[in-house]
Amino acid sequence: MRGATHARWAVCATAAALAATACGGGGDDSGGGGGDGSGVLSSSWGDPQNPLEPANTNEVQGGKVLDMLFRGLKRYDAKSGEANDMLAEKIETSDSQNFTVTVKSGWTFSNGEAVSAKSFVDAWNYGASLKNNQKNAYFFGYIDGYDKVHPEDGGKQTAQTLSGLKVTGDNTFTIKLNQKFSTFPDTLGYAAFAPLPQAFFDDHAAWLKKPVGNGPYTIDSYAKGSVMKMRKWDKYPGEDKAENGGVDLKVYTDNNTAYTDLMAGNLDLVDDVPAAQLKNAKSDLGDRYINTPAGIIQTLAFPFYDKNWGKDGMEKVRTGLSMAINREQITETIFQKTRTPASDWTSPVLGEAGGFKEGLCGDACEYDPKKAKEMIEDGGGLPGGQVKISYNADTGSHKEWVDAVCNSVNNALDNDKACVGNPVGTFADFRNQITQSKMSGPFRAGWQMDYPLIQNFLQPLYYTNASSNDGKWTSEKFDDLVDKANAETDQAKAVGLFQDAEKVLRDDMGAIPLWYQNGSAGYSDRISNVALNPFSLPVYNEIKVS
Amino acid sequence: MPEQPTPPEQPRPDRPLPSMPPGPHLSGGGRAPEDGAIAATGMGGAMDLATEEGASLQKVPGGPDGTGPQDRPRSLWSDAWRDLRRNPVFIISGLVILFLVVISLWPSLIASGNPLKCDLAKSQEGSQPGHPFGYNGQGCDVYTRTVYGARVSVTVGVCATLGVAILGSVLGGLAGFFGGAWDAVLSRITDIFFAIPVVLGGLVLLSVVTSSTIWPVIGFMVLLGWPQISRIARGSVITTKQNDYVQAARALGASNSRMLLRHITPNAIAPVIVVATIALGTYISLEATLSFLGVGLKPPTVSWGIDISSASQYIRTAPHALLWPAGALAVTVLAFIMLGDAVRDALDPKLR
Amino acid sequence: MGRYVIRRLLQMIPVFIGATLLIFLMVNVMGDPIAGLCGDRQCDPATATQLRKEFGLDKPVWQQYATYMGNVFTGDFGTAFNGQEVTELMSTAFPVTIRLTIVAIVFEVVIGIALGVVTGLRRGRPVDTGVLLITLVVISVPTFVTGLLLQLLLGVKWGWISPSVSSEAPFDELIVPGLVLASVSLAYVTRLTRTSIAENRRADYVRTAIAKGLPRRRVITRHLLRNSLIPVVTFIGTDIGALMGGAIVTERIFNIHGVGFQLYQGILRQNTQTVVGFVTVLVLVFLVANLLVDLLYAVLDPRIRYA
Repeated sequence: MRGATHARWAVCATAAALAATACGGGGDDSGGGGGDGSGVLSSSWGDPQNPLEPANTNEVQGGKVLDMLFRGLKRYDAKSGEANDMLAEKIETSDSQNFTVTVKSGWTFSNGEAVSAKSFVDAWNYGASLKNNQKNAYFFGYIDGYDKVHPEDGGKQTAQTLSGLKVTGDNTFTIKLNQKFSTFPDTLGYAAFAPLPQAFFDDHAAWLKKPVGNGPYTIDSYAKGSVMKMRKWDKYPGEDKAENGGVDLKVYTDNNTAYTDLMAGNLDLVDDVPAAQLKNAKSDLGDRYINTPAGIIQTLAFPFYDKNWGKDGMEKVRTGLSMAINREQITETIFQKTRTPASDWTSPVLGEAGGFKEGLCGDACEYDPKKAKEMIEDGGGLPGGQVKISYNADTGSHKEWVDAVCNSVNNALDNDKACVGNPVGTFADFRNQITQSKMSGPFRAGWQMDYPLIQNFLQPLYYTNASSNDGKWTSEKFDDLVDKANAETDQAKAVGLFQDAEKVLRDDMGAIPLWYQNGSAGYSDRISNVALNPFSLPVYNEIKVS
Repeated sequence: MPEQPTPPEQPRPDRPLPSMPPGPHLSGGGRAPEDGAIAATGMGGAMDLATEEGASLQKVPGGPDGTGPQDRPRSLWSDAWRDLRRNPVFIISGLVILFLVVISLWPSLIASGNPLKCDLAKSQEGSQPGHPFGYNGQGCDVYTRTVYGARVSVTVGVCATLGVAILGSVLGGLAGFFGGAWDAVLSRITDIFFAIPVVLGGLVLLSVVTSSTIWPVIGFMVLLGWPQISRIARGSVITTKQNDYVQAARALGASNSRMLLRHITPNAIAPVIVVATIALGTYISLEATLSFLGVGLKPPTVSWGIDISSASQYIRTAPHALLWPAGALAVTVLAFIMLGDAVRDALDPKLR
Repeated sequence: MGRYVIRRLLQMIPVFIGATLLIFLMVNVMGDPIAGLCGDRQCDPATATQLRKEFGLDKPVWQQYATYMGNVFTGDFGTAFNGQEVTELMSTAFPVTIRLTIVAIVFEVVIGIALGVVTGLRRGRPVDTGVLLITLVVISVPTFVTGLLLQLLLGVKWGWISPSVSSEAPFDELIVPGLVLASVSLAYVTRLTRTSIAENRRADYVRTAIAKGLPRRRVITRHLLRNSLIPVVTFIGTDIGALMGGAIVTERIFNIHGVGFQLYQGILRQNTQTVVGFVTVLVLVFLVANLLVDLLYAVLDPRIRYA
């Protein structure tokens, strides 16, 4: 396969040298093209940061592959984000704590192995087990027996399997949770809950080289660091069959290069239009530029462990800061409307029914420089006379918006040094400063949902000592309401309780919501029917290649 | 002197080899008469010519600094100065640099605005009355920022260049002059320094510094920049050392320091000046790279480098935001290149 | 000569150990890399401990270094955080980067020296001023912008080149990236050659050669240029390392998965194994390059000799 690639590139190079035409994305020569669904498209990609195991992939590039390679019990609708049954025949519970799962029969992995209840239970046990170093292990934390296979306190692992999981038949298994969690089945669409074939356990190294799953695509070849060729799996039993012949995921060092390649016609799909090109995207691509909401919210968190920021009365200063930020203007100018000003702490992709409530934040998130100044003065002024907004400088272009936020605050307070950005060299260093509680001012916090539930936007971020409660904000009232909501079996009532909790968060301004992030993508005229799902991943299987 | 048909066999002065232990001052005396004899037939002519010219030039102004005929070696440097004062290139570049220094000290003389006052509504807008250079991506006035950026950028550029040039040429010059163990140790130290990637060095060395002044940044540049100048200076000194006039000076019993200062430095300094003047520009840009990495100057510092790097992104939509700070950088580098050229010419007696 | 080379080769050992130790310590000083592996959330402490154990980060630094060096001598450079072996990374990155560096150096030598000779012989003429202006542009406009504009013009507007380099990165695709990479160094080489040429032009041996009636071309190439090259050669020698390890911007713009890119990623993710592995190889390159430069001195100027 590498040989073939080389030959193609050699031809391309010659063509380029002759100034003839730009080189095609690779569809025409590898599948015959045409509208018969056999054309192959090329898409931008980045090297996954972790080995491609489902429970070990926590970033979007690896997630892209898993999304094409696996199908789990549930799958989130590409448009509404609703969790629909995929491999699950049914998931039943009477008490929100014990669930019985029936797996549809007739599904197989692409190596022919049948997908059974055991495929799930084995995979989950593997993901939860401490000795396997899976970074998403905490997803299994709600399942009974997790503390034995994954002792949090650094103790010894005393069990190999989760006691809450029991295979009761070829296609049925039961789950026992360690707490009531009514919407638990809806979390099962997350990649970490994917089933794994026996081949994964038998020859792990070989599987990692060329992963095998049960999704609409199979991996044809994988050259680490350059390209992964995914091809349509013809015998895929599901209904969401691939409508194209396959996808070549090409690794790019920079999304700007991918964008340039798209313009030159060498690439079919860029799912992350670089910030600097957003202003040109419309004119470069016309209607081949899409910008759809994704389940991502950006906030500013505060170090509540710092006595300057944590003391009583500071909520006025925090609210004042929030009101000093001109979200409208920043999202329009810096982000070219690929962000929407936030007015609550969730995301529009949840929908009204799911818990998103526009304007829940109220005046506190409206730009009002005069009131902002009053509020801050009222609350005793900025600690030390200056706020420093920390961010990591190595990934994402955070400098742009932090500078803009600071300018907005400075203009509101009429003091050109009231707010400055504080870049931190590496992401790891930034995270270390956060986890070791060393921040002395507000810092960037972003959250991409794991599953489209309001619970996922609140509990991991603001519950006392939750895994992503970076600012260490704490409120008994909030915790109580979240606990109640989780135990509530009626969906609408649960959502209402979560929103009540959100109001507690608002009144204390535990974190300043900035904006909801959209997914933005551009594509070539070779392909059509391109859409991004709420996780800002392209819905590859629906793309048509002409 | 390769034009002579008998290259290596001819009776060359047997210079101390780089691998030999140091000590031309010990052994040099022994070889001296022979070396001197040969030297006289070679480059000596040019030397004579130069000193004659120097002497005759000295008579023309006849100022008070003509302290006497014995003090001739000093006249090389004073000649150079005399030369420079009449060189229009030197005067122009000097004036430009003076101007830069003035606006660095008092930027408000020519810019009344506040460089930190930015209005996002005006982002990327072009030139308009009162704001001749337009606005950058954050909606700050490009003209004001370019004027205010001079202080940091010129200070960083000049101080880092001076530091690198002095440290590098002293260490490299000594390594080249003495050779042997000195050279081996110094050269291997430069090798180790070369191995440090700038990104890593910056992230490690600068992230531990909490000071918000420009000095850590300058210190970092000197630390990572000196090996290059050191190598250039070493190579240059090794070549210059071969010249007959140096051998002649040694034959006449000149001390090491005298040879280094009077004979080698003026003749070996040209490549150092060239590299240093260009490096000045790259240091100003490097400051931006460090800021980009989050370890350089902390906001709200205003500098050309920072403005250039943030404008680079918007090159397709707002090229003017890049043009002006980059232009200011270019003018600064030009002034120093011209200055360097003039100084070099003034130090070269053959050009008189 | 032979003894000199051997002595220099022996000197590489302490440099090698010193440099690896220094880099090892520097990456360690940056702190705990594990926190960066879990995305925007906190790694759960148990997994973090487990990962630290797996990467050997729980041991004291000196022990980590000793283990690492022991492994290096058996050819094991460790694994990156994504499970890829560092030797595998190196075997894909170095060939590409070496090709890119060769292209850049060829540009420096051919264009840089040619422009330097021309401007050195015609000081103050329009061609000299023109080259000076280009030099200024190259210095003051960031490589990022030059690279991007060239990519847009040649790759998208005119379609002469493919904007990104394929993973095989043959020489012909590396011409434009090589030029961009070489641009700043070109300025140095041109100015250095120019000054040297201008200085040596009036040397007696040149006068003698002209007086002897040698053809102008021969005087320039055999006498003038050869004697003017030492600073240039020194510069290029010091530049090789910078070109190989520091081509971060160029490699990113043109999608070249080379040493600069891998090293940069390794540093940002604080992956000791990758960083030290790559730097180790780079140090060897510096050492060899510097040795070659020193030997070239003797070739260019026969008066310089090595025992």
